[in-house]
Amino acid sequence: MKRVLPWLVPIAILLAWQAGSTFGLIQANVLPAPSAVAGAFWRAARSGELWTNIEVSAGRAFLGFAIGGGIGFTLGMLNGLSSLSETLTDSTLQMVRNIPHLALIPLVILWFGIDEEAKIFLVALGVFFPIYVNTQHGVRSVDPHLLEMGRAYGMTKVTLFLRVVLPGALPSIFVGLRYGLGIMWLTLIVAETISASSGIGFMAMNAREFMMVDVVVLSILVYAALGKLADSTARLLERTCLAWNPVYAKV
Amino acid sequence: MSIDVIDRVSTPDLRVSVTGAEVKLQGVTKSFGDHRVLRGIDLAIEPGQFVAIVGRSGCGKSTLLRLVAGLDAPTSGSIALDQQTTGWRDVVRLMFQESRLLPWQRVAANVAVGLTHAHDRQSQRDQAAVALREVGLAGRENAWPSVLSGGQKQRVALARALVSHPRLLLLDEPLGALDALTRIEMQELIERVWQQKGFTAVVVTHDVSEAVTLADRILLLDDGAVMLDVPVDLPRPRRRGDREAAAIEGRILDRLLQR
Repeated sequence: MKRVLPWLVPIAILLAWQAGSTFGLIQANVLPAPSAVAGAFWRAARSGELWTNIEVSAGRAFLGFAIGGGIGFTLGMLNGLSSLSETLTDSTLQMVRNIPHLALIPLVILWFGIDEEAKIFLVALGVFFPIYVNTQHGVRSVDPHLLEMGRAYGMTKVTLFLRVVLPGALPSIFVGLRYGLGIMWLTLIVAETISASSGIGFMAMNAREFMMVDVVVLSILVYAALGKLADSTARLLERTCLAWNPVYAKV
Repeated sequence: MSIDVIDRVSTPDLRVSVTGAEVKLQGVTKSFGDHRVLRGIDLAIEPGQFVAIVGRSGCGKSTLLRLVAGLDAPTSGSIALDQQTTGWRDVVRLMFQESRLLPWQRVAANVAVGLTHAHDRQSQRDQAAVALREVGLAGRENAWPSVLSGGQKQRVALARALVSHPRLLLLDEPLGALDALTRIEMQELIERVWQQKGFTAVVVTHDVSEAVTLADRILLLDDGAVMLDVPVDLPRPRRRGDREAAAIEGRILDRLLQR
Protein backbone atom coordinates (compact mmCIF):
# COMPACT_ATOMS: atom_id res chain seq x y z
CA MET A 1 0.00 0.00 0.00
CA LYS A 2 2.79 2.40 0.96
CA ARG A 3 4.37 1.88 -2.44
CA VAL A 4 1.19 2.75 -4.28
CA LEU A 5 0.27 5.89 -2.33
CA PRO A 6 2.88 8.28 -3.81
CA TRP A 7 1.61 7.46 -7.30
CA LEU A 8 -2.04 8.29 -6.62
CA VAL A 9 -1.74 12.06 -7.10
CA PRO A 10 0.29 11.95 -10.36
CA ILE A 11 -2.11 9.39 -11.83
CA ALA A 12 -5.12 11.51 -10.84
CA ILE A 13 -3.53 14.58 -12.48
CA LEU A 14 -2.81 12.60 -15.64
CA LEU A 15 -6.38 11.33 -15.80
CA ALA A 16 -7.82 14.81 -15.24
CA TRP A 17 -5.52 16.19 -17.92
CA GLN A 18 -6.59 13.50 -20.41
CA ALA A 19 -10.25 14.06 -19.60
CA GLY A 20 -9.88 17.84 -19.92
CA SER A 21 -8.31 17.45 -23.35
CA THR A 22 -10.87 14.91 -24.55
CA PHE A 23 -13.83 17.08 -23.59
CA GLY A 24 -12.26 20.20 -25.10
CA LEU A 25 -11.63 22.03 -21.80
CA ILE A 26 -7.91 22.26 -22.58
CA GLN A 27 -7.08 23.40 -26.10
CA ALA A 28 -4.67 21.15 -28.00
CA ASN A 29 -2.46 24.07 -29.09
CA VAL A 30 -2.00 25.11 -25.44
CA LEU A 31 -1.44 21.70 -23.90
CA PRO A 32 -1.85 18.51 -25.95
CA ALA A 33 -3.47 15.46 -24.37
CA PRO A 34 -1.22 12.89 -22.65
CA SER A 35 -2.15 10.46 -25.40
CA ALA A 36 -0.87 12.93 -28.01
CA VAL A 37 2.42 13.29 -26.12
CA ALA A 38 2.66 9.51 -25.92
CA GLY A 39 2.08 9.42 -29.68
CA ALA A 40 4.84 11.95 -30.22
CA PHE A 41 7.10 9.83 -28.05
CA TRP A 42 6.28 6.75 -30.07
CA ARG A 43 7.00 8.47 -33.41
CA ALA A 44 10.25 10.05 -32.21
CA ALA A 45 11.39 6.80 -30.64
CA ARG A 46 10.59 4.77 -33.76
CA SER A 47 12.41 7.13 -36.10
CA GLY A 48 15.43 7.08 -33.76
CA GLU A 49 15.40 10.87 -33.63
CA LEU A 50 14.67 10.84 -29.88
CA TRP A 51 17.58 8.53 -28.99
CA THR A 52 20.07 10.46 -31.13
CA ASN A 53 19.05 13.70 -29.46
CA ILE A 54 19.20 12.21 -25.96
CA GLU A 55 22.64 10.84 -26.76
CA VAL A 56 23.88 14.23 -27.97
CA SER A 57 22.45 16.08 -24.96
CA ALA A 58 23.69 13.54 -22.42
CA GLY A 59 27.12 13.57 -24.07
CA ARG A 60 27.36 17.35 -23.73
CA ALA A 61 26.06 17.25 -20.17
CA PHE A 62 28.48 14.64 -18.90
CA LEU A 63 31.51 15.96 -20.75
CA GLY A 64 30.89 19.39 -19.25
CA PHE A 65 30.26 17.81 -15.88
CA ALA A 66 33.47 15.80 -16.03
CA ILE A 67 35.54 18.84 -16.92
CA GLY A 68 33.95 21.28 -14.46
CA GLY A 69 33.53 18.69 -11.71
CA GLY A 70 37.08 17.42 -12.16
CA ILE A 71 38.60 20.87 -11.87
CA GLY A 72 36.28 21.76 -8.98
CA PHE A 73 37.15 18.58 -7.11
CA THR A 74 40.89 19.04 -7.60
CA LEU A 75 40.88 22.69 -6.56
CA GLY A 76 38.55 21.97 -3.65
CA MET A 77 40.92 19.28 -2.40
CA LEU A 78 43.97 21.50 -2.89
CA ASN A 79 42.41 24.47 -1.13
CA GLY A 80 41.06 22.29 1.64
CA LEU A 81 44.46 20.75 2.31
CA SER A 82 46.87 23.62 1.69
CA SER A 83 46.40 27.05 3.18
CA LEU A 84 48.93 28.49 0.71
CA SER A 85 46.84 27.30 -2.22
CA GLU A 86 43.71 28.63 -0.54
CA THR A 87 45.23 32.06 0.07
CA LEU A 88 46.30 32.22 -3.55
CA THR A 89 43.09 31.18 -5.28
CA ASP A 90 40.08 31.13 -2.99
CA SER A 91 39.20 34.83 -2.92
CA THR A 92 39.46 35.03 -6.73
CA LEU A 93 37.21 32.00 -7.11
CA GLN A 94 34.68 33.42 -4.66
CA MET A 95 34.53 36.62 -6.72
CA VAL A 96 33.93 34.70 -9.94
CA ARG A 97 31.35 32.57 -8.16
CA ASN A 98 29.13 35.60 -7.69
CA ILE A 99 28.69 36.03 -11.44
CA PRO A 100 25.69 33.96 -12.56
CA HIS A 101 27.22 31.67 -15.17
CA LEU A 102 24.24 32.06 -17.50
CA ALA A 103 24.98 35.80 -17.66
CA LEU A 104 28.08 34.86 -19.63
CA ILE A 105 26.05 33.47 -22.55
CA PRO A 106 26.56 36.50 -24.87
CA LEU A 107 30.28 36.47 -24.14
CA VAL A 108 30.50 32.71 -24.60
CA ILE A 109 28.75 32.99 -27.98
CA LEU A 110 31.29 35.64 -29.00
CA TRP A 111 34.15 33.39 -27.94
CA PHE A 112 33.00 30.00 -29.19
CA GLY A 113 30.18 30.83 -31.61
CA ILE A 114 27.30 28.40 -31.23
CA ASP A 115 29.47 25.29 -31.41
CA GLU A 116 29.72 22.44 -28.95
CA GLU A 117 32.45 24.20 -26.97
CA ALA A 118 30.06 26.94 -25.92
CA LYS A 119 27.61 24.54 -24.30
CA ILE A 120 30.27 22.39 -22.71
CA PHE A 121 32.00 25.49 -21.35
CA LEU A 122 28.78 26.74 -19.77
CA VAL A 123 27.97 23.39 -18.21
CA ALA A 124 31.52 23.02 -16.88
CA LEU A 125 31.43 26.52 -15.39
CA GLY A 126 28.03 25.91 -13.77
CA VAL A 127 29.05 22.57 -12.29
CA PHE A 128 32.46 23.77 -11.09
CA PHE A 129 31.33 25.88 -8.13
CA PRO A 130 29.01 23.53 -6.21
CA ILE A 131 31.61 20.75 -6.48
CA TYR A 132 34.46 23.10 -5.52
CA VAL A 133 32.73 24.67 -2.53
CA ASN A 134 31.45 21.38 -1.12
CA THR A 135 34.71 19.49 -1.63
CA GLN A 136 36.65 22.21 0.15
CA HIS A 137 34.10 22.32 2.95
CA GLY A 138 34.20 18.53 3.24
CA VAL A 139 37.98 18.43 3.59
CA ARG A 140 37.84 21.24 6.15
CA SER A 141 35.27 19.51 8.28
CA VAL A 142 37.19 16.24 8.66
CA ASP A 143 37.50 15.57 12.40
CA PRO A 144 40.96 16.83 13.49
CA HIS A 145 40.96 14.15 16.19
CA LEU A 146 40.93 11.48 13.51
CA LEU A 147 43.80 13.18 11.68
CA GLU A 148 45.81 13.25 14.89
CA MET A 149 45.04 9.58 15.49
CA GLY A 150 46.23 8.75 11.97
CA ARG A 151 49.48 10.58 12.52
CA ALA A 152 50.00 8.98 15.94
CA TYR A 153 49.51 5.56 14.33
CA GLY A 154 52.20 6.26 11.76
CA MET A 155 50.06 6.79 8.65
CA THR A 156 51.92 8.28 5.70
CA LYS A 157 50.45 11.34 3.98
CA VAL A 158 49.01 9.20 1.18
CA THR A 159 47.41 6.74 3.61
CA LEU A 160 46.09 9.59 5.71
CA PHE A 161 44.47 11.10 2.61
CA LEU A 162 42.93 7.85 1.38
CA ARG A 163 41.76 6.47 4.72
CA VAL A 164 40.84 9.62 6.64
CA VAL A 165 40.53 12.80 4.54
CA LEU A 166 38.74 11.47 1.44
CA PRO A 167 36.13 9.32 3.20
CA GLY A 168 35.60 12.07 5.75
CA ALA A 169 34.92 14.61 3.02
CA LEU A 170 32.72 12.27 0.98
CA PRO A 171 29.30 13.13 2.46
CA SER A 172 29.88 16.79 1.63
CA ILE A 173 31.26 15.94 -1.82
CA PHE A 174 28.05 14.04 -2.56
CA VAL A 175 26.00 17.11 -1.67
CA GLY A 176 28.07 19.02 -4.24
CA LEU A 177 27.64 16.23 -6.75
CA ARG A 178 23.85 16.23 -6.54
CA TYR A 179 23.66 20.00 -6.61
CA GLY A 180 26.06 20.04 -9.57
CA LEU A 181 23.94 17.53 -11.49
CA GLY A 182 20.91 19.78 -11.13
CA ILE A 183 22.84 22.78 -12.45
CA MET A 184 24.22 20.61 -15.24
CA TRP A 185 20.76 19.95 -16.75
CA LEU A 186 19.56 23.47 -16.13
CA THR A 187 22.53 24.98 -17.94
CA LEU A 188 22.22 22.53 -20.80
CA ILE A 189 18.54 23.29 -21.29
CA VAL A 190 19.24 27.03 -21.52
CA ALA A 191 22.26 26.57 -23.78
CA GLU A 192 20.50 24.17 -26.12
CA THR A 193 17.40 26.32 -26.33
CA ILE A 194 19.41 29.38 -27.34
CA SER A 195 21.58 27.78 -29.96
CA ALA A 196 21.84 24.20 -31.13
CA SER A 197 21.40 22.05 -34.20
CA SER A 198 20.90 18.81 -32.30
CA GLY A 199 19.91 17.64 -28.84
CA ILE A 200 16.71 17.73 -26.82
CA GLY A 201 16.66 21.52 -26.64
CA PHE A 202 16.94 21.71 -30.42
CA MET A 203 14.14 19.16 -30.76
CA ALA A 204 11.90 21.39 -28.64
CA MET A 205 12.77 24.64 -30.45
CA ASN A 206 12.43 22.99 -33.84
CA ALA A 207 9.00 21.62 -32.93
CA ARG A 208 7.92 25.06 -31.72
CA GLU A 209 8.56 26.50 -35.17
CA PHE A 210 6.13 23.98 -36.65
CA MET A 211 3.63 24.36 -33.78
CA MET A 212 4.14 20.71 -32.76
CA VAL A 213 3.18 21.32 -29.12
CA ASP A 214 3.17 17.58 -28.35
CA VAL A 215 6.88 17.33 -29.21
CA VAL A 216 7.64 20.42 -27.10
CA VAL A 217 5.93 18.83 -24.10
CA LEU A 218 7.70 15.57 -24.82
CA SER A 219 11.10 17.35 -24.77
CA ILE A 220 10.31 18.92 -21.41
CA LEU A 221 9.34 15.52 -20.02
CA VAL A 222 12.56 13.98 -21.37
CA TYR A 223 14.59 16.65 -19.59
CA ALA A 224 12.71 15.89 -16.38
CA ALA A 225 13.32 12.16 -16.76
CA LEU A 226 17.04 12.64 -17.44
CA GLY A 227 17.39 14.88 -14.41
CA LYS A 228 15.54 12.42 -12.20
CA LEU A 229 17.66 9.55 -13.52
CA ALA A 230 20.91 11.38 -12.77
CA ASP A 231 19.72 12.29 -9.28
CA SER A 232 18.60 8.75 -8.51
CA THR A 233 21.94 7.37 -9.65
CA ALA A 234 23.76 9.84 -7.41
CA ARG A 235 21.55 8.87 -4.48
CA LEU A 236 22.18 5.19 -5.07
CA LEU A 237 25.90 5.90 -5.17
CA GLU A 238 25.57 7.92 -1.98
CA ARG A 239 23.80 5.11 -0.19
CA THR A 240 26.43 2.59 -1.30
CA CYS A 241 29.48 4.72 -0.50
CA LEU A 242 28.13 6.08 2.78
CA ALA A 243 26.69 2.83 4.11
CA TRP A 244 28.73 3.39 7.27
CA ASN A 245 26.75 6.51 8.05
CA PRO A 246 23.46 5.70 9.79
CA VAL A 247 21.95 8.89 8.32
CA TYR A 248 22.26 7.51 4.79
CA ALA A 249 21.93 3.81 5.46
CA LYS A 250 18.25 4.03 6.43
CA VAL A 251 16.94 6.37 3.73
CA MET B 1 67.74 -24.82 10.68
CA SER B 2 66.97 -22.30 7.95
CA ILE B 3 63.68 -24.03 7.20
CA ASP B 4 62.79 -23.73 10.84
CA VAL B 5 63.42 -19.97 10.71
CA ILE B 6 61.30 -19.48 7.59
CA ASP B 7 58.54 -21.50 9.12
CA ARG B 8 58.49 -19.36 12.21
CA VAL B 9 58.34 -16.20 10.16
CA SER B 10 55.43 -17.37 8.03
CA THR B 11 53.33 -18.57 10.98
CA PRO B 12 54.02 -16.08 13.73
CA ASP B 13 52.70 -16.69 17.19
CA LEU B 14 49.83 -14.24 17.31
CA ARG B 15 49.75 -14.04 21.09
CA VAL B 16 52.93 -12.12 21.56
CA SER B 17 54.07 -10.96 24.92
CA VAL B 18 56.68 -8.24 24.90
CA THR B 19 59.14 -6.73 27.26
CA GLY B 20 58.17 -3.26 28.28
CA ALA B 21 60.13 -0.26 27.19
CA GLU B 22 62.18 1.79 29.61
CA VAL B 23 61.25 5.48 29.54
CA LYS B 24 63.60 8.23 30.60
CA LEU B 25 62.85 11.96 30.62
CA GLN B 26 65.57 14.44 31.41
CA GLY B 27 64.88 18.11 32.02
CA VAL B 28 61.85 18.11 29.74
CA THR B 29 60.18 21.49 29.32
CA LYS B 30 57.40 22.52 26.99
CA SER B 31 56.21 26.04 26.26
CA PHE B 32 53.41 27.26 24.05
CA GLY B 33 54.37 30.84 23.33
CA ASP B 34 55.10 32.47 26.68
CA HIS B 35 53.15 29.87 28.56
CA ARG B 36 55.32 27.20 30.18
CA VAL B 37 53.29 24.04 30.48
CA LEU B 38 56.04 21.70 31.66
CA ARG B 39 58.97 23.00 33.67
CA GLY B 40 61.86 20.55 33.85
CA ILE B 41 60.52 17.04 34.26
CA ASP B 42 62.99 14.30 35.25
CA LEU B 43 61.45 10.88 35.23
CA ALA B 44 62.55 7.27 34.87
CA ILE B 45 60.00 4.55 34.28
CA GLU B 46 61.12 0.93 34.59
CA PRO B 47 60.23 -1.62 31.91
CA GLY B 48 56.80 -3.11 32.51
CA GLN B 49 55.79 -0.58 35.14
CA PHE B 50 52.23 0.78 35.27
CA VAL B 51 52.38 4.50 35.98
CA ALA B 52 49.44 6.81 36.53
CA ILE B 53 49.73 10.57 36.16
CA VAL B 54 47.11 12.56 38.02
CA GLY B 55 46.55 16.27 38.37
CA ARG B 56 44.10 19.07 37.90
CA SER B 57 42.98 20.15 34.44
CA GLY B 58 45.71 22.17 32.78
CA CYS B 59 48.52 20.81 34.93
CA GLY B 60 50.31 19.59 31.81
CA LYS B 61 49.62 15.87 32.15
CA SER B 62 48.19 15.42 28.66
CA THR B 63 51.00 17.50 27.18
CA LEU B 64 53.52 15.22 28.87
CA LEU B 65 51.82 12.17 27.36
CA ARG B 66 51.80 13.71 23.89
CA LEU B 67 55.53 14.38 24.13
CA VAL B 68 56.22 10.76 25.06
CA ALA B 69 53.96 9.65 22.18
CA GLY B 70 56.07 11.70 19.79
CA LEU B 71 53.10 13.83 18.69
CA ASP B 72 54.93 16.93 19.88
CA ALA B 73 58.57 17.81 20.48
CA PRO B 74 59.77 19.12 23.85
CA THR B 75 61.01 22.71 23.97
CA SER B 76 64.11 21.50 25.78
CA GLY B 77 65.30 18.32 27.43
CA SER B 78 65.31 14.79 26.11
CA ILE B 79 63.00 11.80 26.04
CA ALA B 80 64.51 8.36 25.52
CA LEU B 81 62.94 4.95 25.13
CA ASP B 82 65.45 2.20 25.87
CA GLN B 83 68.21 4.78 25.52
CA GLN B 84 66.98 5.69 22.01
CA THR B 85 65.84 9.24 21.40
CA THR B 86 64.46 8.63 17.88
CA GLY B 87 62.89 5.91 15.79
CA TRP B 88 60.56 4.54 18.46
CA ARG B 89 57.25 5.60 16.92
CA ASP B 90 56.04 2.05 16.29
CA VAL B 91 57.00 0.86 19.76
CA VAL B 92 54.55 3.31 21.34
CA ARG B 93 50.77 3.29 21.04
CA LEU B 94 48.37 5.92 22.26
CA MET B 95 44.77 5.54 23.35
CA PHE B 96 42.60 8.66 23.53
CA GLN B 97 39.67 9.75 25.62
CA GLU B 98 37.41 9.42 22.58
CA SER B 99 37.68 6.15 20.70
CA ARG B 100 38.63 7.99 17.46
CA LEU B 101 37.54 5.08 15.28
CA LEU B 102 37.17 5.75 11.57
CA PRO B 103 33.39 5.67 11.16
CA TRP B 104 33.69 4.62 7.50
CA GLN B 105 35.65 1.48 8.24
CA ARG B 106 34.36 -1.68 9.81
CA VAL B 107 35.71 -2.81 13.18
CA ALA B 108 38.37 -5.14 11.75
CA ALA B 109 39.76 -2.44 9.42
CA ASN B 110 39.83 -0.01 12.33
CA VAL B 111 41.90 -2.42 14.38
CA ALA B 112 44.18 -2.92 11.37
CA VAL B 113 44.96 0.82 11.48
CA GLY B 114 47.40 -0.24 14.21
CA LEU B 115 49.21 -2.34 11.59
CA THR B 116 49.90 0.43 9.08
CA HIS B 117 53.27 -1.01 8.22
CA ALA B 118 52.14 -4.58 7.59
CA HIS B 119 51.04 -5.11 4.01
CA ASP B 120 49.79 -8.67 4.01
CA ARG B 121 46.00 -8.32 4.10
CA GLN B 122 45.31 -11.83 5.38
CA SER B 123 47.75 -11.50 8.25
CA GLN B 124 46.26 -8.09 9.10
CA ARG B 125 42.83 -9.69 9.32
CA ASP B 126 44.11 -12.57 11.47
CA GLN B 127 45.90 -10.27 13.86
CA ALA B 128 42.89 -7.96 14.10
CA ALA B 129 40.67 -10.95 14.95
CA VAL B 130 43.06 -12.05 17.70
CA ALA B 131 43.24 -8.54 19.15
CA LEU B 132 39.43 -8.30 19.11
CA ARG B 133 39.16 -11.61 20.93
CA GLU B 134 41.54 -10.31 23.59
CA VAL B 135 39.28 -7.35 24.32
CA GLY B 136 36.15 -9.51 24.36
CA LEU B 137 34.75 -8.51 20.98
CA ALA B 138 35.29 -11.73 19.04
CA GLY B 139 33.02 -11.97 16.02
CA ARG B 140 32.33 -8.23 15.75
CA GLU B 141 34.84 -7.77 12.90
CA ASN B 142 32.24 -6.67 10.37
CA ALA B 143 30.26 -4.27 12.55
CA TRP B 144 30.24 -0.54 11.79
CA PRO B 145 31.52 1.62 14.67
CA SER B 146 28.20 3.51 14.71
CA VAL B 147 26.33 0.46 16.05
CA LEU B 148 28.71 -0.06 18.99
CA SER B 149 28.21 1.30 22.50
CA GLY B 150 30.72 3.72 24.02
CA GLY B 151 32.41 0.94 25.98
CA GLN B 152 32.62 -1.33 22.93
CA LYS B 153 34.16 1.49 20.90
CA GLN B 154 36.85 1.94 23.54
CA ARG B 155 37.47 -1.81 23.43
CA VAL B 156 38.02 -1.58 19.68
CA ALA B 157 40.36 1.36 20.28
CA LEU B 158 42.25 -0.76 22.81
CA ALA B 159 42.48 -3.62 20.30
CA ARG B 160 43.81 -1.14 17.73
CA ALA B 161 46.47 0.00 20.20
CA LEU B 162 47.45 -3.54 21.17
CA VAL B 163 47.41 -5.23 17.77
CA SER B 164 50.95 -4.18 16.92
CA HIS B 165 52.26 -5.41 20.30
CA PRO B 166 53.55 -2.06 21.55
CA ARG B 167 56.16 -1.99 24.27
CA LEU B 168 54.77 1.22 25.70
CA LEU B 169 51.06 1.94 25.92
CA LEU B 170 49.97 5.49 26.66
CA LEU B 171 46.40 6.12 27.76
CA ASP B 172 45.02 9.66 27.79
CA GLU B 173 41.99 9.55 30.09
CA PRO B 174 40.75 6.52 28.16
CA LEU B 175 37.77 5.89 30.42
CA GLY B 176 36.74 9.49 31.06
CA ALA B 177 33.64 9.32 28.88
CA LEU B 178 32.32 5.96 30.07
CA ASP B 179 29.62 5.19 32.63
CA ALA B 180 30.68 3.86 36.05
CA LEU B 181 30.08 0.14 35.41
CA THR B 182 31.72 0.15 31.99
CA ARG B 183 34.67 1.94 33.56
CA ILE B 184 35.22 -0.84 36.09
CA GLU B 185 35.03 -3.48 33.34
CA MET B 186 37.50 -1.55 31.20
CA GLN B 187 39.89 -1.08 34.14
CA GLU B 188 39.87 -4.84 34.71
CA LEU B 189 40.43 -5.45 31.00
CA ILE B 190 43.35 -3.03 30.81
CA GLU B 191 44.93 -4.55 33.93
CA ARG B 192 44.52 -8.06 32.52
CA VAL B 193 46.12 -7.38 29.12
CA TRP B 194 48.90 -5.44 30.82
CA GLN B 195 49.64 -8.42 33.07
CA GLN B 196 49.50 -10.85 30.13
CA LYS B 197 51.68 -8.85 27.79
CA GLY B 198 54.10 -7.04 30.03
CA PHE B 199 54.28 -3.69 28.22
CA THR B 200 55.02 -0.47 30.08
CA ALA B 201 51.84 1.55 30.64
CA VAL B 202 51.33 5.22 31.40
CA VAL B 203 47.79 6.39 32.07
CA VAL B 204 46.74 10.00 32.48
CA THR B 205 43.62 10.34 34.59
CA HIS B 206 41.82 12.81 36.79
CA ASP B 207 40.28 9.95 38.76
CA VAL B 208 42.54 9.21 41.75
CA SER B 209 40.75 6.00 42.69
CA GLU B 210 41.25 4.71 39.16
CA ALA B 211 44.95 5.51 39.49
CA VAL B 212 45.16 3.61 42.78
CA THR B 213 43.32 0.63 41.29
CA LEU B 214 45.58 0.32 38.27
CA ALA B 215 49.02 1.77 38.88
CA ASP B 216 52.28 0.61 40.46
CA ARG B 217 53.21 4.20 40.90
CA ILE B 218 51.31 7.47 40.90
CA LEU B 219 52.77 10.79 39.85
CA LEU B 220 51.01 13.97 40.87
CA LEU B 221 51.61 16.75 38.42
CA ASP B 222 51.00 20.33 39.42
CA ASP B 223 51.89 23.47 37.51
CA GLY B 224 54.15 21.58 35.11
CA ALA B 225 56.23 19.71 37.68
CA VAL B 226 56.07 16.39 39.53
CA MET B 227 54.87 17.24 43.05
CA LEU B 228 54.38 13.76 44.42
CA ASP B 229 55.73 10.35 43.43
CA VAL B 230 53.81 7.64 45.27
CA PRO B 231 54.54 3.91 44.94
CA VAL B 232 51.42 1.73 45.19
CA ASP B 233 52.62 -1.59 46.50
CA LEU B 234 49.33 -3.43 46.88
CA PRO B 235 48.46 -6.96 45.71
CA ARG B 236 46.42 -7.34 42.52
CA PRO B 237 43.60 -7.52 41.68
CA ARG B 238 42.84 -4.63 44.00
CA ARG B 239 39.51 -4.44 45.72
CA ARG B 240 37.64 -1.17 45.78
CA GLY B 241 37.32 0.32 49.23
CA ASP B 242 40.42 -1.48 50.51
CA ARG B 243 41.82 0.35 53.56
CA GLU B 244 45.40 0.79 52.33
CA ALA B 245 44.18 1.88 48.90
CA ALA B 246 41.86 4.38 50.51
CA ALA B 247 44.75 5.75 52.55
CA ILE B 248 46.85 6.36 49.44
CA GLU B 249 43.88 7.88 47.65
CA GLY B 250 43.23 10.20 50.56
CA ARG B 251 46.82 11.33 50.68
CA ILE B 252 46.86 12.22 47.01
CA LEU B 253 43.47 13.92 47.12
CA ASP B 254 44.57 16.03 50.09
CA ARG B 255 47.56 17.19 48.16
CA LEU B 256 45.45 17.90 45.05
CA LEU B 257 42.93 19.90 47.06
CA GLN B 258 45.77 21.52 49.04
CA ARG B 259 44.33 20.72 52.42
